[in-house]
Amino acid sequence: MISQSREHSLLQAIAEDPSRKVFIPQGRSYLANPPGMTFWQAVSSWAFTLDHKRIGVMYLCGVMSAFLLGGIFAGAVRLELWNGTPGLFHDNVQQAQDFYNQMFTLHGAVMTFLFIIPSIPAALGNIFLPMMLGAKDVAFPRMNLASFHLWCIGAVFFLITLLTSGLDTGWTFYTPYSTSTQTSVIFATMGVFILGFSSIFTGLNFVVTVNTMRPKGMTWFKMPLFMWGIYSTAIIQVLATPVLAITLVLLMCERLMGIGIFDPALGGDPVLYQHFFWFYSHPAVYIMILPGMAIISEVIPVHSRKHIFGYTFIAYSSVAIALLGFLVWGHHMFTSTESKLAAVIFSALTFTVSIPSAIKVFNWLTTMYKGSIHLTTPMCYALAFIVQFTIGGLTGLFLGTLATDIHLHDTYFVVAHFHYVMMGSTLIAFLAGLFHWWPKMFGKMYSELWGRIACLLVFIGFNTTFFPQFILGTRGMPRRYAAYKPEFQFLHQLSTSGYVILGVGFSLAAAVLIYSLFRGKKAPDNPWGAATLEWKCCSPPTTANFEIQPWVGSPYVYDDFVYDPDEGGYVEVLPDLHRSGKTADAPAAPVTH
Amino acid sequence: MSPVSPMQIPLASFGTFDQFRDAASTGAAAIDTLYFWILGICAFFFFLIVAVLVAFIARYYARPGHVEQHTPHHDNRLEALWSIIPSFIVVALFWYGVLFYLDLRTPPENAYEIQVVAKKWNWSFMYPNGVVDPNLHVPADRDVRLVMSSDDVLHSLYVPAFRVKMDVVPGRYSELWFNATTPTESFDPAIDPSTTGADENGYDLFCTEYCGQGHSAMIAKVVVHKSGTFETWLAEAARIDPTSSPAELGEKIWKQRGCSQCHSVDGKASTGPTWQGTYGTEQKTDKGTVKVDENYIRESILNPMAQIRDGFKGVMPSYQGQLKDAEIAAVIYYMKKLSAEADSVPATWEDAGGVPGQEEGEGSAEGVDTSPGDGLDAGEPIPAEEQTPADKPDSEEAAAEKMDVEEPKTGEQPETDDAETATES
Repeated sequence: MISQSREHSLLQAIAEDPSRKVFIPQGRSYLANPPGMTFWQAVSSWAFTLDHKRIGVMYLCGVMSAFLLGGIFAGAVRLELWNGTPGLFHDNVQQAQDFYNQMFTLHGAVMTFLFIIPSIPAALGNIFLPMMLGAKDVAFPRMNLASFHLWCIGAVFFLITLLTSGLDTGWTFYTPYSTSTQTSVIFATMGVFILGFSSIFTGLNFVVTVNTMRPKGMTWFKMPLFMWGIYSTAIIQVLATPVLAITLVLLMCERLMGIGIFDPALGGDPVLYQHFFWFYSHPAVYIMILPGMAIISEVIPVHSRKHIFGYTFIAYSSVAIALLGFLVWGHHMFTSTESKLAAVIFSALTFTVSIPSAIKVFNWLTTMYKGSIHLTTPMCYALAFIVQFTIGGLTGLFLGTLATDIHLHDTYFVVAHFHYVMMGSTLIAFLAGLFHWWPKMFGKMYSELWGRIACLLVFIGFNTTFFPQFILGTRGMPRRYAAYKPEFQFLHQLSTSGYVILGVGFSLAAAVLIYSLFRGKKAPDNPWGAATLEWKCCSPPTTANFEIQPWVGSPYVYDDFVYDPDEGGYVEVLPDLHRSGKTADAPAAPVTH
Repeated sequence: MSPVSPMQIPLASFGTFDQFRDAASTGAAAIDTLYFWILGICAFFFFLIVAVLVAFIARYYARPGHVEQHTPHHDNRLEALWSIIPSFIVVALFWYGVLFYLDLRTPPENAYEIQVVAKKWNWSFMYPNGVVDPNLHVPADRDVRLVMSSDDVLHSLYVPAFRVKMDVVPGRYSELWFNATTPTESFDPAIDPSTTGADENGYDLFCTEYCGQGHSAMIAKVVVHKSGTFETWLAEAARIDPTSSPAELGEKIWKQRGCSQCHSVDGKASTGPTWQGTYGTEQKTDKGTVKVDENYIRESILNPMAQIRDGFKGVMPSYQGQLKDAEIAAVIYYMKKLSAEADSVPATWEDAGGVPGQEEGEGSAEGVDTSPGDGLDAGEPIPAEEQTPADKPDSEEAAAEKMDVEEPKTGEQPETDDAETATES
């Protein structure tokens, strides 16, 4: 509950500036329920909540479960590849091949659709976008909840796929294989279709929220860069996802009713499917990476205590990547019998995307120049991101260059490249964001030592897993192979060993975070001295986020924040009016029923 | 092709660190050069970025007494510089990428043409004289153009040693060309291509577009024949010995046309039912019980989805238009031979009423031009009769199966030998 002195200062602030928006103060952590609730009331207070933070936390639990599932499938893939011949799990070669095909398909589909697309926008974006605006919630809280419920329904369809005959089409559902295989393509595509709507809802909500709910003083170029990234992502989600939905409906029509769209036996064209699919799925790559870049643009300046360098260039580069991302889908099809002219044009457009990506890396580096670099856990992840994104981005040059792509297309080189971008970059950025905002989300500090050890293990494990795959690819190892030539065994076993290190690293990171919920030190309101608005409320925030709308300042000026050892965090030298005392009454610990 | 097996020394393949397989086509050198240029550029930028990162961390990490200093929040000249320099680099990469790509995608005129049919999960290479082989045989130092189509789903033909790749799409033809420079040292068709080391026993030819269960076993070999010996191979491959037995042809079709991928002949169930002891039995299918007789087998080959045996998935592609009637008959003879009715199988083609597709006693490829087009360096075209000696001894065919490609045949075939001399001169 809100203390007397704090209420007094609030009233004072309102009296001094009546134009400030006042939210109803509740004074209770958004995680806690009022006393006296029954178990089922508590459950429904979460399941049907309109609070963007609770929805974000539920999304976080959901995507993390999906990540665990997808990670187990990845482990099955890597273990199956320990030997060059199929059959670590099965005596029969055909069964082993089927098993491998199912595992890599499910790994790809679960990771892409259930985990990585919703991960940053729907979990972290949902929690922090309104708070960065100093707002109480997103523009359409009910739509936000509907988006999460759709995600759950989509996940249920995936579970049905798993429990029936599985899926062996590859996550891309290429026709005509996907219309002829015996596995549960309909359930899986139905799941992806529904998840697509979940994604559209989130995107639409964020576009409207950013456009209409920015507080007075927050012009477009005073927004935190995280919002620029999320906004660019949201535009792609709204514009590209319907194409995927339509494509999958067409696929279902063909499979269920025999309408010839993609199958040449029925008069269709299989390459048309690839155009449709990549028209969504290439922009989807930017749905995944842009929010990751957005997090890095927040984490690096805060933990370097330096204003971000080249704000406008980073902001524009996000928009540029989002727009150019729509024009490069043909580079997935350089060997697909697409015309020479089309290939040349798509190659040229692909190279244009490399420039804004390079600009971001140079700007992040320059931000650290003459800073005071705190090697906290989120910063360690951000540094790992820079290294791995550099590798991921640079290896894209081999694939954008037409002549070299022909050799490397559909080999392990491509597998390594996109894991460097998707996992080595997006996932690492997600972890950077998770560790950065964890104190705010749950009001608890984790062990920095163990957090950094986990980060180091993840870094080593990731690179051991995926760097050998570049070499496998250049030596001509095709992807999606359940077996391989004896020469490749060493590199494959190295890769599988990396998976084990990676698994230990992730488990440790999860343990560090979960342990902090129960035994962690209470988090201060602003542990890193960040200047964005979400740090101006309590940790964890109340249901209304702010008792009173905070003042909007520059999101990257840290001079006003001074470390206070008593607080264990930073306090503003000239505090906002409502923060009269630095020992703000803290809400109770997170819910542990 | 390393002399030491990497299986014995795990670090061997890593220690030598040959980035690519040995290049074996005319186009490969340019691509490799471009690859190493990009590698150099990437290494430069990667080490630059990491060096700056490490230097900044070492110099500016938070420690007692260290405070951050204000620097400008933006610098348009710097931003322009690091936008424009990479732009020049990527324009150069794009340009050379396009140049070599256009080479890679524009087949020269008069290239020797081979038809390729991909199906789950094998390759068929069809030569102008009607020969169908599961491995790709090509002459060295000659432009070869593949015209490819798929019978079922997407496949992709990839020969890493040649640095070429192209999808094989059902319902349309795709094309691919290369000029192989390094002849294969030796080739034994009896060795399963998925069990050899990389580029051993012929260059690897992979399917790189995921096509289902047997995708990773859809591997063939490219056999590059030394100049002049390709025609010999082609003539040999075209010949059916009239004194051999139909069941032997059936066995050859089983091996070469992809049947063996899914149908065993030792009684083990695989993707498809075994052929051993199946002929003449009663089997349950999704349409009821059926007796496995000539008509059922014929239907299963031409229209596999009509009746699907219980316990198996309907994944077999149709062979409609790809096997001649006599070849289907040979397959049926072979299945009979594997069953209780083995005694009823005719011992020779004469007993079976003649060699399929040819008059009795004549060579199979009579009148078919086996010379690889008119762009051949050799002076004179080879008369068809000379290439296909009809009266070769029985053992010749078996010898031709396991052949040493680099060693031209001598002695026994005077006519062919003359043709070779003419080609090489």
